[in-house]
This record gives sequence, structure tokens and C-alpha cells, in this order.
Amino acid sequence: MLKFTKDHEWLKIDGDAVTVGITAHATEQLGDLVFVDLPEVGAEFAMGDNAAVVESVKAASDVYAPVSGEILEVNQAIVDDPSIVNADPSGAGWLFKIKLKAAAETESLLDEDAYKQLIA
Amino acid sequence: MSDNTAGAASVPLSKTALSDLHVVRGGRMVGFAGYEMPVQFPPGILKEHQHTRSAAGLFDVSHMGQLAITSSTGNMSDAALALEALLPTDLKSLPEGRQRYTFFTNEAGGILDDLMIANLGGRFLLVVNAATKDSDEQHLRANLPDTVRIERLDRALIALQGPKAADALSKLAPQCTGMRFMDVRPLEVCGVPCTASRSGYTGEDGFEISIPQDAAITIAEALLADADVEPIGLGARDSLRLEAGLCLYGSDIDTGTTPVEAGLKWAMPRSRRDGGERAGGFPGDAVILRQLREGSDRSRVGLLPEGRAPVRAGAQLYQEESGGTPAGYVTSGGFGPTLGRPVAMGYVPTSLATPGTRFFADVRGKRLPVDVAKLPFNTPDYKRT
Repeated sequence: MLKFTKDHEWLKIDGDAVTVGITAHATEQLGDLVFVDLPEVGAEFAMGDNAAVVESVKAASDVYAPVSGEILEVNQAIVDDPSIVNADPSGAGWLFKIKLKAAAETESLLDEDAYKQLIA
Repeated sequence: MSDNTAGAASVPLSKTALSDLHVVRGGRMVGFAGYEMPVQFPPGILKEHQHTRSAAGLFDVSHMGQLAITSSTGNMSDAALALEALLPTDLKSLPEGRQRYTFFTNEAGGILDDLMIANLGGRFLLVVNAATKDSDEQHLRANLPDTVRIERLDRALIALQGPKAADALSKLAPQCTGMRFMDVRPLEVCGVPCTASRSGYTGEDGFEISIPQDAAITIAEALLADADVEPIGLGARDSLRLEAGLCLYGSDIDTGTTPVEAGLKWAMPRSRRDGGERAGGFPGDAVILRQLREGSDRSRVGLLPEGRAPVRAGAQLYQEESGGTPAGYVTSGGFGPTLGRPVAMGYVPTSLATPGTRFFADVRGKRLPVDVAKLPFNTPDYKRT
């Protein structure tokens, strides 16, 4: 199941494992990423906490935990080469996987149509 | 994700003569100093930056202020002396066809604005920052005698920067090749009378060309028709000037920093210093002359973060890896595309301003090691001879 936040993050929800990334729209707005700071595996976040930072030449942007839970895995490849996020934001450029704590939180997320309307 | 990129525009933004051209070429327009300006074009800041360092970039800087100063006495040395009462520079010795970098100072020795001033024979041409052009003009009107006339020029301004800039411009204006760094002269470009200087804000060879508004598009298009020339946005303009160690007014220098603290001593000629022919006699001279004699307590320095995380403006600098109180702060910082690593500038105590001195920058609660480094980060390639 693919969901989005109004803060331009995408979530691929597979049971209680949620893969999180930033949308193509977000990468277009940010421009070339030059630095990505990802959370530690095992770190716990509440929905809306700052979980990661992506930085372009121009500015730093926080990435929020779109749901509450524990970090299961992070994408080391994008730390080594942040341009992967620009090249493939919804695939190889994923940021982290988080273990969904409260399934009810996903109800407030946007579906693809609602997100497309948001950025239209 | 937080949205730091959107510009909040509450007042309508002014357009430059090149606004339509930027939009057609895919420029992402943002509000800057009251103008709608392109922050980047489709290639993006990294590629635009590299293109300027390897070929030539065209920058619209029409938002900057252009002021002509003339003397109703017909004697330009009257205007020169009147301006010297506001600027710690030497205009009496500035030959026709040359320009200097200088700054308006305030009574505390702080910097009201930095600018280029050119001697064009019958007049001085000042190019000042966009955000301060109104206050600069008021400052001049309030402080210059009635015999000095001040005229705001409503002209476009294009910067053409990079190792291929002279080649590209010479196809439209063959005379430009005879100019050296900081020369200024009337120059016909595509048959249109313009004023060009061999200078810029990127650390590259290049030109800044003042153009009648109605010819700006034609000249910009003619330059962009050259395969070596690409349009460049404000984002790359900032990363280029940061690598070149050049100050951004409002960030690295402002009313709270003096020219000595800012490392701009080189712009203050001997004639205006102690023992000079016209020593002092500008706002803040007591403070600035004392700092020229004795040095300042703090200094602007280059800073190289050790890691890959950019250290940006506002970050506090500590001597300690944890605890302690801030010893300095960052005024500009980001990623340097030519260096392939983060670069920054800031103020530290002069006793700790030696290259190699380690500080720790507070970035989102982490203390990241940064070392004082010599400026500029990227060696400029100006056409000095």
C-alpha cells in the first residue's frame, strides 16, 4: 500500500514494515542533494518527529517520521551517494524503514490521488 | 519533509527585463530582495556551478542598484572628495576606466553596504546591493552636498562569468578582449551602447555589463546562443562566491561588522589610513583606523568542515567538543561543488584565526569538527595583465 504525507514523503506499507522516502516533487523542489543524515537503526520516533535530514546545495530540510515506531533499516547507499535520491526518489533513493507501532496512524495519510491534488 | 524552499511573497515582486527569458528557459523563480529571480535552471545548482567554472555562465543581476554620480561644478574631483567622506577609498587616484571595491561605513565603523565604484570620466558609476539600494541612495542624498548629483539608472545588469566569458563576449563586442580585471569602459554589444567592467562575483574571469532595459533580452539571447554560455541562477551564484571567499552583504558583513574584522583591509588604500594624504574623514574612521593599527578582536575566516555535513549560516562555533560557550559563528556555509565538500565562512577570535585551528560547529545539536582555512577556497583566475 502506497501512502503520502503533506510533507512530501511517501510510505510503502508492507504489514508493519514501512519504507519511507521523499517524493519526486520534493527532490525537484530541493534540487541536487549533497548530504543525507539518517537515523540509527533501533531509534524510536513518534509520528512527526525529525527522523532524518536531507540537504541540497542551498538548504537543509528535515524529514519527519510519518508514523510512530522503531527504525528497522536505513539506506546506507544514499549516505555515500546522495544523488541516488534525486535519480530515483521512489525506488533506490528510499531513506529508512520503520516498524509501524499504531496502524491507526496510517488513516490520516494521503493516498496517491490526494497527494497528486496537493502538489497540482 | 520541511519546506524550506518556498519563498513567502506578501508584496508583489518586481520583474527584471529578463524575467520572461528566465521562465522560458525553465528558471525556478523565487522572491529575492523584492524581485522575482531564478534560483536555478533545469540543470540544477551543481551543474550550473560547474558550468561557470569550466565554460561560461550568464547571470541576471538587474536587481542590483546602479547609481551615477556627477558634479554640477563640472569638476569631478569635487564629487570624488564628497564621496570619499562616505567611503574609505581613494577616488582622487582612481583613473578613468577603472573601478574599485569599497563600502559605505557607519559611525560605529560598521558596513552599510559594499559596492563597486567606477570612474567613467564625467561620472562615477556605483553598483550596490539590491536589498540596500534604496537606503544607499537616501544615504547619498542626505550626506552629499547639493553640487553632487545622484541619478538612479534604470538599466539591466548581466554578469558573464567563467573561463569562456571573454571568448563569448568578444564575438559580440570585440573590444572587450583589451580589458583587464577591474577595467570599466563603454562597450558596444550587438551594436547597443553598454558599459562593461571586467569583474564579477564568482572568482572567475568575466564581465558585468550594464545594458539599456530594452536591449537586455536581445543581448542576453545573443550571449546564450553561444554553446559555451548557459543561464545560471542565484543558487549557483551563492556557491560560486562562497568558494571564492567573497562576502555576501547581510550575511558575512553588515552594520555590526567592520571592514577590518571582515578581512577587507586590502580595499582601504594607504591615503585614507594613518599618515596618508587624506587619512580618516569617513564615518567610523576612529574605530576603523584604530583597528587598522591594532587589529580587531575577531576576524572573518574560511572554515572547512571535516565531514560531509554542510555547516550553514547561524551555526555557533565552539572550541570544545561538548559544553563551553560559543567562540564564534558561521555567516555563510554550504556545499562547494568545485571542492566537492562543504565550505563555510564565519567570525572567530583573531587569536584563533590561524589556518588549521579547530572548532566544533553546532549542527542540529551535534558538534561537528571544522578547521580554519585560508580564503579563497577556490583560487580565482582573474585577468590581471
